[in-house]
Amino acid sequence: MRRRPNYLAGAGSLVWLVLVGLPLYVMLAATLRTRQDYAENGPVSLPDSFTLDNFTGAFDSGFGQYFFNTLVVTACVIGIVLLLVPPLAYAIVRSRGRATSAIFRLFLLGLAIPAQAVIVPMFYLISEAGLYDNLLGVILPTAAFCLPMSALILSGSMRDISPELYEAMAMDGASPRRMFFQLVMPLSRGGLSTIVVFSALQAWNGFLFPLVLTQSDSTKVVTLGLYNFQTAHGIDIPGLLGAVVLSMVPILLVYLFARRALVQGLMGVGGK
Amino acid sequence: MTTHLTSARPAAGSRKESRRRPPAPSTTTVGRPSFAWAVPAALFFALFAIVPLIMVAVLSFMSWDGISSPEFVGTDNWSRLADDPVMLKSIWLTLLLTVLGVVLQTPLSILLGVWAAGHQRNRAVLSVIYFIPLLLSATAVSVLWRALLDPNFGIPAEATWLFGDGNLFGEQTTAIGVLAFVSTWQFTPFHTLIYQGAARAVPQVLYQAAEIDGAGRYRQFFHITLPQLRTSMITSMILMIVGGLTTFETVLILTQGGPGTDTTISAYYMYDKAFKSFDYGIGSAIALALVVAATIISLIVVRVSGYDKMRSSMEGVS
Repeated sequence: MRRRPNYLAGAGSLVWLVLVGLPLYVMLAATLRTRQDYAENGPVSLPDSFTLDNFTGAFDSGFGQYFFNTLVVTACVIGIVLLLVPPLAYAIVRSRGRATSAIFRLFLLGLAIPAQAVIVPMFYLISEAGLYDNLLGVILPTAAFCLPMSALILSGSMRDISPELYEAMAMDGASPRRMFFQLVMPLSRGGLSTIVVFSALQAWNGFLFPLVLTQSDSTKVVTLGLYNFQTAHGIDIPGLLGAVVLSMVPILLVYLFARRALVQGLMGVGGK
Repeated sequence: MTTHLTSARPAAGSRKESRRRPPAPSTTTVGRPSFAWAVPAALFFALFAIVPLIMVAVLSFMSWDGISSPEFVGTDNWSRLADDPVMLKSIWLTLLLTVLGVVLQTPLSILLGVWAAGHQRNRAVLSVIYFIPLLLSATAVSVLWRALLDPNFGIPAEATWLFGDGNLFGEQTTAIGVLAFVSTWQFTPFHTLIYQGAARAVPQVLYQAAEIDGAGRYRQFFHITLPQLRTSMITSMILMIVGGLTTFETVLILTQGGPGTDTTISAYYMYDKAFKSFDYGIGSAIALALVVAATIISLIVVRVSGYDKMRSSMEGVS
């Protein structure tokens, strides 16, 4: 009986499909159309012209540099997360001390701190440290704000490791270090890929820290490039949408390859 | 524990088994890492999140223009905010948008999540498209919708029967409608995922028992599925509320707080005061108010969802 199709829910999901699909169609179609075609025939019509100018236009206005900067930020954020979070999650899962549970609580509380809340003092700290308008000044806070969720996701996946394995290793006299490198790290590959995808998404899509902490074109990231492009060329909608599509391409590529890791990681966020 | 039943990771079958295993006698602490393993991450996080959090409280009692040194002014910023009509309006607008978000997204994401948890033949293909908004930056989403809803070249100009003169950004009601719609568009997939995971974890025995009793699909939904989703519902709503309180890019890009100050929510007002009017003291005070609100709400999350009990409930496993 439960296998019978649920028509009501199916209809609802089709409505959602239109709500998501239509804007995506308009965006993709507009991107390949000329500005005149878009203005004359409207956004929903089928394109009667074909051009790649909207993409080249985005590159002409500096998107190549912005892409490179975002790539640097994303790679560094992933690096910091991979360096700091696995030992942290290992301690959270395996250590019995009170200090560790205090640290775990600190990170749980940290889940609640919105970036807006600390942006003014962050601006002060980063300026005082001489990192204003420097990519490092964006990388450090972005990475810090990836830590709480990554710690939660990774410690969740490290809990799946069977206690017998630890005990067997302890019997052989293995040190925590050896257990970490020979047991925990290899067995948490799933969790590790989730936190990589998650941090990459955060870093690639980050906006507020770059907005407030950078200024010049040479440190601009893609999201800021989009924002500025909109302010400057707001009327050139196909050009603007071309830039939007370009900004999405890397994330969509990651999604195609890492859909499982991402979806499972995000599912674990709220349901527990 | 209920947290086990509503575990949102259906794919991790091994996880459930390991949870159900009786606690292994853990007699030794040999081979357990010390807290030192957690110290580098804790220090890094403290420096870039906790220290600024303390500073924002201090700065809220200071006057600072970003150039000269900050100067202590007591509760001056706070009393100015209390008398500021724009601030009061922004609190009201923040609450309005947050409530609208919860009201629009909750039923939608429960329905989509329960649907996606079932055995639909075309689900795999559809879910790829469904979840695309989840991947996009708030910036990209906002720029996209700003372009799609452009009064002259966008969809409203095409469908005047639906949108009237088409300038959705020129009036408070429609501008707020657009903001609520765009947030719903962007975040419904995320909440759908939460519900999808939770709906899959509902024990099948319950449905089998209901079927023996002759309960139909809709009775099953209201009497089994919905009550079983309760924990996830609370978590999801609280995430929506925290998200609503901190909406920023959407407003900056779609309406710039306008027309006038008609969509100036608190987070945008904070940015406006600090980084446009260079009044960092006032900005800090608004930010602190946001933190307090978000913290209270997430303390509730931690309590209700049992995040903080996770450790003790896992004691036998670790």
